[in-house]
Amino acid sequence: MTHQSNLSRRRFLLKSGALGCSLAASPLLTPVSLAATPGDNRLVVILLRGAMDGLDVVRPVGDPEYGWLRPGLSGGANPLPLSNFFALHPALKDLHPLWAKGELGFAHAVSTPYRDKRSHFDGQDLLEAGIGPGGSIRDGWLNRLVQTLPNAGLRTAFAVGREDLLILHGDAPVSGWAPDTVLTLSPQSRLLLERMYGDAPMFSTSIRQAADLAETLDAGGPVEGYEDVLQATMQSMQSAGKGNGVEKIAAFTAQRLREETRIASFSITGWDTHNNQKNTLSRALTDLQRAILTLRDGLGPVWEKTAILAVTEFGRTARENGSGGTDHGTGGAMLMSGGALKGGKVFGQWPGLGDGDLYQGRDLMPTGDVRAYAAAALAGMFGSSRASLRSDIFPGLDTGNLPNIVL
Amino acid sequence: MNYNPDLATIRFGTGLGPHARPANSTAQMIARLTERDKQAQRFRIAGIKSQYSSFKKGQRLAKEQRQASPGAAQDRARDALRKHRQKLKEQQVEWFLAMLARSLSSEDGFRERLVRFWADHFTVVGKTGALRPMAATFSEDAIRPNIAGRFGDMLKDAVTHPLMLAYLDQFSSVGEDSPVARRQGKGLNENLAREVLELHTLGVGAGYSQTDVREFAKLLAGFTFSPTRGVVYQAKRATPGAETILGKSYGGDRPRIEDVYDALHDLALRPETARHIARKLAVHFVSDDPDPNLVGAITAAYQDSGGDLSACYSAMLEHPASWSPKLVKVKQPVDFIITSLRALGAEGKTIAKLPVRSALQGFARPMQMMGQTWERPAGPDGWPEEGGHWITPQGLAARIQWAMTAPQAFSSNLPDPRAFAQSALGTLLDDHTEFAAMAAETRWEGIGLVLSSPSFQRR
Repeated sequence: MTHQSNLSRRRFLLKSGALGCSLAASPLLTPVSLAATPGDNRLVVILLRGAMDGLDVVRPVGDPEYGWLRPGLSGGANPLPLSNFFALHPALKDLHPLWAKGELGFAHAVSTPYRDKRSHFDGQDLLEAGIGPGGSIRDGWLNRLVQTLPNAGLRTAFAVGREDLLILHGDAPVSGWAPDTVLTLSPQSRLLLERMYGDAPMFSTSIRQAADLAETLDAGGPVEGYEDVLQATMQSMQSAGKGNGVEKIAAFTAQRLREETRIASFSITGWDTHNNQKNTLSRALTDLQRAILTLRDGLGPVWEKTAILAVTEFGRTARENGSGGTDHGTGGAMLMSGGALKGGKVFGQWPGLGDGDLYQGRDLMPTGDVRAYAAAALAGMFGSSRASLRSDIFPGLDTGNLPNIVL
Repeated sequence: MNYNPDLATIRFGTGLGPHARPANSTAQMIARLTERDKQAQRFRIAGIKSQYSSFKKGQRLAKEQRQASPGAAQDRARDALRKHRQKLKEQQVEWFLAMLARSLSSEDGFRERLVRFWADHFTVVGKTGALRPMAATFSEDAIRPNIAGRFGDMLKDAVTHPLMLAYLDQFSSVGEDSPVARRQGKGLNENLAREVLELHTLGVGAGYSQTDVREFAKLLAGFTFSPTRGVVYQAKRATPGAETILGKSYGGDRPRIEDVYDALHDLALRPETARHIARKLAVHFVSDDPDPNLVGAITAAYQDSGGDLSACYSAMLEHPASWSPKLVKVKQPVDFIITSLRALGAEGKTIAKLPVRSALQGFARPMQMMGQTWERPAGPDGWPEEGGHWITPQGLAARIQWAMTAPQAFSSNLPDPRAFAQSALGTLLDDHTEFAAMAAETRWEGIGLVLSSPSFQRR
């Protein structure tokens, strides 16, 4: 695994230098290209930070070992049947109807190539970078996807929320904004800011985007006078204090996808369920369910052309730990949804849960690579070629036998 | 090394302004750290022990509410509990203001910056229940008293603080084969053990294994919490027998808290820890991509002194790489707000007395919009250091929006932007910022532009 200091250093170089320079020189920034889009399909990647327990979300109730590995977690409220082998966590009951429609699916016993150290932070970096072990963390795989798309513009890919997402970082210009954020500037102030930021690429890139987004997203825009600015600020802060954060992010994402955006990503936290998992995991799943249903409602007719992939850095221990939770593991599950999905299926090869089946005697053995499912989605939705998938987007990935997950 | 008091105050302190009194040398910066902690006495934040009586009161009120007969009695009980919780929330905001006030009033800004650095290194979040509004007590108990002492002492106080033990689930970890485990069917939880090795001491690149994590988790088991007595170590919850961590055996048949202390002591003195801490200091204070020689110098000071933090700070402050006049580190939102207020001449005593509503609307909510919800970082690794994390379109928009509105909201008498630029940046004032200050159409915009400038946003 790459040393932490190298990770930070590389991310720094990426963010401060490369991004700014390439953006300044990029022809993609011209307004003309904004209206063009690479096709009509939509992809949403939800990052589940903290390591979702795949074994509890998609429960292998047909495996004889499952019950005794998880005496406190396997019981309780009735799980929802998916097949004669798997059942769904009860907190996802409002997603269950999507299963029958083929709009919900899973891949089980999957992981990234990250192994053994079980660090959230390195695990997440590798998940978002989409690379193999030992590779250098330079940019994110969604950004590398955008680089391969014809007609990609600044709004083609969108990072939503207050967090900076590695998965969307890289040489292709992408957008980022958070619900409730506003920017109100007088024309003179905007000019002075742009002039003042002239030789500070990180700032100049962000201000141009911010000012432009504020106008096009109706989040402020040009004003005159202190009272107008103050009022806009107060309104934005009041609005930020209200409502459900995840729901607002999903609704905002859906709006973008109904316009020029084709690729979006945001994160949901709360998956690090070391303790009292019955409650803690239900809370996180409720957020995920709300995000998916809000996306579906907001996308309207576009839902048919949408695939959502919800991925996490690794799975959790096969055995319940001593405090009604689970510790950091290896193999886990990913969730897929959307009208473009060939769902109603748990993809993957089940490794079993017997003593000899577990990875290092403690974790679900990974038999599939999360990136193969993502690659299959990209091939199906954006026409990404096998060559481009294995050399540019997911370097080193075996693309020989990609699962058939989208319509 | 070329000491520059303006740079010292901007890079290592809480910023320039009309009330700032920069140190005249790095030696004085270090010396101030060992003086009496005047700001802590002036703007009080409680330690956790003083809050135990309030935990008991909360428990009593909750019980009364459960047991009250429906009707007026139950309404009264519910009201009393609600008021109790409301008061704790207000106290949390008062502590937030006290934290700001200390940074505004202090001539020893380096101390306040170090406190936030270490509180972030040992990130805690008040997760649930009575501890939820108590995160600020952690710095008071575990960080401030050790700020210029030995890392090992800070490590011990931090790891065994109730906020840390609760945040990383240690209270629910019970040693396998311990009497409590056998009786209640409980067992180990690895969370704290892993993060102590990965984040607090060795660093993720060090050569520890899953077995070390597991053994350390066994050793750490034994802590429990009671609202009357606080943290208690109980042998009956601990793992019987010895544990081997990084090749060294700790404890014996009868588990003792001293075994935990011994392991923490040894972890603090590991060379991997020295390097990890040195790098974090350099990254936080100097550059996202620090000069390896600077990291090397701090590492050497750490190892030579057995983890003496003053020696580490001296090594950092005496290294030429720490004094590059180029400002490259982006201020975190909390530091942006503090340095802005300080540049505007806001006084700690005024800020400390602001009503809760103003504190939320003026500082806490804007910080949230800038990406830093105070006391709620996303994980135990704390706030990101990379500038690119903060200067996104949405993050920068929130900073500019605050810079344009807050100064006038807090002061009806704004200074001339040109004079303000001079007093906020001193010898670090650059032509671009000076031009913007001069060319702005109004005072509030001029001030807002100076605060939004790359020179002011960085340190």
